[in-house]
Amino acid sequence: MSINKDLVAASSTALVLAILAEGDSYGYAILKRVRELSGGALEWTDGMLYPVLHRLERSGLIESRWARAESGRRRKYYRVTDAGREQLADERRQWRAVDKTLGKIWS
Amino acid sequence: MDKTRTDNPTVGQLEKQIEAWRAHLRKSQTITSQDAAELEDHLREQIAALGADGLSDDEAFLVAVKRMGAIDALTREFAREHSERLWKQLMLSGDEEDGSSESAAAAWSRKMWVALGLAVAAAVAIKIPSLFGIPFDAEPAGAFYPRNISFFALPFIAAYFAWDRPLPRSGRLGLAAVFAVAAVVVNAFPFAFSPKGEPGHTFILTMLHLPIALWMGVGFAYVGGRWWGSDRRMDFIRFTGELFIYYVLIALGGAVLMALSVGIFEAIGIKMEPYLQNWIVPCGAVGAAVIATWLVEAKQSVIENMAPVLTRIFTPLFAVLLIAFIVTMAMTGRAIDVKREVLILFDLLLAVVFGLLLYSASARDSIAPPGLMDWIQLTLVGTALVVDALALWAIGSRIFEFGFSPNRVAALGENIVLLVNLGGSAILYAGFIRGRVAFSRLCDWQKFYLYVLAAWAAVVALLFPLVFGFA
Repeated sequence: MSINKDLVAASSTALVLAILAEGDSYGYAILKRVRELSGGALEWTDGMLYPVLHRLERSGLIESRWARAESGRRRKYYRVTDAGREQLADERRQWRAVDKTLGKIWS
Repeated sequence: MDKTRTDNPTVGQLEKQIEAWRAHLRKSQTITSQDAAELEDHLREQIAALGADGLSDDEAFLVAVKRMGAIDALTREFAREHSERLWKQLMLSGDEEDGSSESAAAAWSRKMWVALGLAVAAAVAIKIPSLFGIPFDAEPAGAFYPRNISFFALPFIAAYFAWDRPLPRSGRLGLAAVFAVAAVVVNAFPFAFSPKGEPGHTFILTMLHLPIALWMGVGFAYVGGRWWGSDRRMDFIRFTGELFIYYVLIALGGAVLMALSVGIFEAIGIKMEPYLQNWIVPCGAVGAAVIATWLVEAKQSVIENMAPVLTRIFTPLFAVLLIAFIVTMAMTGRAIDVKREVLILFDLLLAVVFGLLLYSASARDSIAPPGLMDWIQLTLVGTALVVDALALWAIGSRIFEFGFSPNRVAALGENIVLLVNLGGSAILYAGFIRGRVAFSRLCDWQKFYLYVLAAWAAVVALLFPLVFGFA
C-alpha cells in the first residue's frame, strides 16, 4: 500500500514536528524514522524532506545549527521550538479529529 | 573510511560521482551551497547505509541518487519554498514547465521588445499634450505636467507587469479603472494658485502623494493580482529599491551625456537647451523608468550584488548620523526649529531610514541567524524612533501654536505612520535578535504596512485638497 502524494504532503508538518519533538535530529535520520514508523507506507522522495524542513524553519517552528557528525562531516541538525510544540499540539488535535471522524464511519 | 580512501580506487571513483552530482545541483541558483552541503550529507549517509547492506559503491550511489529524487524536481521544490531565490533567475513569470533554454531566450527577447515598445509609448505619451497646445517649458496656469506626473510613467510600468505576469482580465480592468479615476479626479480638482501662478500647499501634497498611492497599483500588477497572502509582496519591496538604484544610475549617465552634448553643440554655435528641455529630458525620464523596470527584472543578479552592499554601507552611516544628531541635541539643548522645509527634511530622513529598513529586510535571507548587521539595524530603528518622536513633538507644538495647515497635518500624519512602523519593527527586531520571533514575522509586518502607506498616501493626495479647500 502506498499513500497518495497529497496526503503525504499534508501530513509532513505534523510528522516532522512529532519526530523532532522526540529529540533533535537531521535529515537522513528523520527520513529513516518516517520509514520505520510507517512501515514503508509513507514513501517520501528523500530530497523533498528538505524544502519541508526549510519551510518549518522559516516560519519559526524549528531551528537549525551546523555541527560535526561522528563521521567528521558537517551536518545540519534541527530542533523544535516552543512555537513548533504549540503547532504540533494543534496538528495533533486536527489529525485526531479527522481520524475519529473516519473511524466512526468505517467501524 | 579515510584510510580506505587512498588504497581503494572505487572510493575515488565515488568521490568523483558525488562531485559531479553536487556540481549539477549547484547549477540551479535556487539551491545554495549550504543546501547542497545538507543534501550531500544525506546522500553520503544513504550510500554508507546501502554499502553496509552489501551494495557496491556504484550501486549504492545510483540508488541513493534515485531516492534523492530527480534534480529538476528537487530544484523546483526548493524554488517554490525559497521564492526569494527564484528571484535570481531570469525567468520570473513562473512557467516552470518549459525550462528549455531556447524558449527562455525567446521569452527574454520578447520581454525586451515589449519593454522597449512601452518605453517609446511612454516617451510619445508625454509629448501628446503639446499637440494640444500645452508646451512642456511654458507652463500655463493649472500646472498640467506636475498635476499629471503620476500618469506619465506609472501606467506603462504597470502595463509591462500586466502583460508579463500576466494579470487576469478583471485585474487589468480594475487597475485601469483606478488609474482613470485618479486621473479624472486630479484634473477636476480646482486647486488654488497664487496670482503669480505658484501652486498652493494641497497641490504640492497631492503631487507628492498620488504617485506613492498609485505605486501600489503597480505592485498589484507586479504580483499578478495575487495581492493577498502573497510572498511576492516582499519581492515588490525589493523591486522598488532596485528600480530606484537602476533609475538613479541611468539618470546619472543621462546627465553626463546631456552635459557633454550641450558642450559640443555649443562649440559649433548651436544652443541645445530648448531641445533638451522639451524633448530629451521628459522623454528620457519616462522612457528610462520603463527600461529600468525591465532591467531590474532581466539583470537581476547584477543589482542583487550591489544593492545589499549599498544598504550595508548606508545603514551604519545613517545610524551614526542619527546618534550624532540626538547627542548634539541633548548636549546643546537645542530644539528642532519647525519651518516648512525642516518638516519636509525630517519626513524625508525618516522615509529614507524606513526605505533602508524595508529593503534590507526584503533582501535578507530570512533563515540566517541574527548577526551584527541586525544589531546595527535595531540601532538604526531605535535612533530613528527617537528622532521621529522629537520631530513629532516639534510638529505637535507648532500645530498647537499656529493651528492646522495642510502641510503640518500631512507632516504629522507621516510621522505617526512612520513612528508606528518603526515601533513595530523595533519590537519585532528585538524579539528576533533574542531568538523569540521568526524573521518572517518582521517581513509580514512590513508587507502589511504597504497597505497602510498606500492608504495614507491616497488620503493625503485625494482627501486633503477637499478638506483644506484646495488651498
